[in-house]
Amino acid sequence: MHDLVPAEAALASVPSPRSGANTRWRIVARTAFPFLVVGALWETAARAGVFPQRLFPTLESIAAAFVRLTLNGILPHHALDTVIRLGAGFALAAIIGVVAGIAMGRSRRAEDILLPLVSIGAPIPGLAYAPLFLLWFGLGNVAAVLLVGFVSAFPIIFNTWTGVKAVKEIWVRSAQAMGADDRRLFRHVILPGALPYILTGLRLGLAQAWRILVAVEMLAAVPWGLGWMIFGAREFLNIDVMLAGVAVIGVIGLALEKLVFQRLENFTVVRWGMMTA
Amino acid sequence: MNASSERVRSMRRAALAVLATLALYELMARSGYFPAVLVPTLPKVAATLVAVLLDGSMLEHAWHTLYRVLTGIALAIAIGLPLGILMGRFRPVENFVLPLASALMPIPSLAWVPVFILWFGLGNTTTVLVVFYAAMFPMLLNAWSGVRAVNPLWLRAAGAMGANEQALFWKVIIPGASPFIITGIRQAFLRAWIAVVGAEMLAASDWGLGWVIFDAKEFLRADLMLASLAVIGGIGYLFERVVFGSLERATVLRWGMVRAAKS
Repeated sequence: MHDLVPAEAALASVPSPRSGANTRWRIVARTAFPFLVVGALWETAARAGVFPQRLFPTLESIAAAFVRLTLNGILPHHALDTVIRLGAGFALAAIIGVVAGIAMGRSRRAEDILLPLVSIGAPIPGLAYAPLFLLWFGLGNVAAVLLVGFVSAFPIIFNTWTGVKAVKEIWVRSAQAMGADDRRLFRHVILPGALPYILTGLRLGLAQAWRILVAVEMLAAVPWGLGWMIFGAREFLNIDVMLAGVAVIGVIGLALEKLVFQRLENFTVVRWGMMTA
Repeated sequence: MNASSERVRSMRRAALAVLATLALYELMARSGYFPAVLVPTLPKVAATLVAVLLDGSMLEHAWHTLYRVLTGIALAIAIGLPLGILMGRFRPVENFVLPLASALMPIPSLAWVPVFILWFGLGNTTTVLVVFYAAMFPMLLNAWSGVRAVNPLWLRAAGAMGANEQALFWKVIIPGASPFIITGIRQAFLRAWIAVVGAEMLAASDWGLGWVIFDAKEFLRADLMLASLAVIGGIGYLFERVVFGSLERATVLRWGMVRAAKS
């Protein structure tokens, strides 16, 4: 019976594993193509000698710098210190932001008191506070972590506040009618209801923290850190080191976004049916 | 009446909260527990603010910063907007630009400052380019999603009514994408405003609000820093509320693309 089915029809109706692999391959090729073009342009410009070789290194020497710094442990050390600093600052922001946001969403009084203060602080770009923090807390880690925490707390506060306010009144009332006490109301209704917003806030906060941190490391003269590494490399015209550092910064930023948050989202709000993936 | 009395109570509490914070700060400043140069009293900050505003130096700094921000944003709009629209309309452009944009976006604009300093030297070129880099991606991505979010039904309806490609573009796609585009400009400004302050601290020569704040650190002029912070916050607020608010009213609100938020 199967023999009677024309080969083309079978191919068209049942996607064979080979054509699946084929499309995946095509997507990879399509994604890689722009990078190859840009890389080739870069390489041509670098080799043509239009710009001084020191300032416009070939891709090969950037890769060499990356491998050298990774093997002798300097780059991982810088990256690790940056990530730890980011984690500390962001943890601070997450705790303060979520607590303040929930308080503002639940209590009218807290909202009236905190909202004007937050609204005054938020429109000032975070880095503008940097010199002030450096004066108050000295150069180094304390100022950097506090500044990152302070700056990234704002989006977390705003989103948590919005999220708690966006919990449907009818859910709260029906839970109360079914006899939920305050703690269970909070744990089972308000927190899950506000969580998509809170996660958005945390995500924005982390992105903000990451953008600020790199600059803060340049300003605060911390001994280790990617920002400091690329800023310090300027003194010695080590542009290959700088570009390798910039690439690592990009990879860490992408990893934070893709690995940490998408996974967290799938694990909570998507699973609870609050949001579709 | 009930709602209005509640609003009055909210405002009274808000004013109270701000005053209490200021009083707390003033108390800290006067207690003598902290060095006076680091925690100047509020009258001193106000006096500095008035002084730098009157002698015109603050206006000069603000002007330099605004010039850099606006040039950078104008560049970002001039490049990001058409590119984003092309990405939304033509598949090959999207396939080419999107991977590059996704790879470059997670790099904070300020990470480029040292590289740009080496390439273009200290000064305006570097700052404007950093602002451009910061503003480019929100602009690009919002224009792209805006064009893709245009309801295909509208396109087909316009096509059925005989709209040619040009009319389709100006009468359907652009108004349809405009809420996203305006959001993009708004986000671009926020990013650019952060980037310009940082870039000026790291790379400016002698003018600019970021540079003033950073330079004030060298001379322990905390009063000048706080005064500049107030100016930066004020300009940011003004742009966000006045410029973008009226831009929205003149375009998307009038066209009925979005409704004004209730509050």
